[in-house]
Amino acid sequence: MLQITLFYIFAILAVLGGIMVIVHRNPIYSALSLILTLFALAGEYVLLMAHFIAIVHIAVYAGAIMVLFLFVIMLLNIRIEERAPGAFRYMVYIGVPMAAILFLQLGYLAFQGFKEVYVQNTDVGTVERIGQALFSKYVLPFEITSILLVVAMVGAVYLSKRKLEIVE
Amino acid sequence: MQGIPISHFLILSAILFSLGVIGVTIRRNAIVIFMSIELMLNAVNLTFLAFSNYLNNVEGQIFVFMVMVVAAAEVAVGLAIIVAIFRLRETVHVDDIKLMKW
Repeated sequence: MLQITLFYIFAILAVLGGIMVIVHRNPIYSALSLILTLFALAGEYVLLMAHFIAIVHIAVYAGAIMVLFLFVIMLLNIRIEERAPGAFRYMVYIGVPMAAILFLQLGYLAFQGFKEVYVQNTDVGTVERIGQALFSKYVLPFEITSILLVVAMVGAVYLSKRKLEIVE
Repeated sequence: MQGIPISHFLILSAILFSLGVIGVTIRRNAIVIFMSIELMLNAVNLTFLAFSNYLNNVEGQIFVFMVMVVAAAEVAVGLAIIVAIFRLRETVHVDDIKLMKW
């Protein structure tokens, strides 16, 4: 009973944060709402017995990614977004029904197929199980991610360092 | 004593993914579009963890790990590109940067 109550609290917080992200005019409020969503999602991960992933999620997203977002928003000093001009004005009437259809499909599948299945109390999310899998069977992908991170870092430094010139 | 149905998690994930799709299609600010992409990646992570719990299989958790690494790399490179475009054109509106070369 406690678990399902917590689930609904976190779910409502996550969905509210997600709605705030896409409706707010000011990007800073969008970023702060996204942080709310990410913390609520960390709560959902704990309810799914994925404790390690929940902690890593908070550390990576709230600690690194959202700080980067807020840093860039404040660095660029972006004005509040005005009404979208031109051809993109009608995107609302295409995008929202498209997303609604997508949601109905996904929700129908989830509701039909997994109605009678419940969250079980497993040790699958512990550091021990994840560490064993990560450093035995999946050690090559794990090492390759380090190369990916180095490439991303070099790319970011290069892009922000180079003097770009306007091509007229 | 029964726990939470897996379908609840999947439906929450579907809601978040659809919100991300709406954000990408209707917002014109490149940074907000990036945040919507993050929202979609997180929805997918929630699905991975739900199925990992259901199947009692550790592969889902490993995959979430990899998705997080990719998201971090993507944000670093993407925000660097946005900063470079802002320096060049003084805007992050995708309407103003729709031409590849002008």
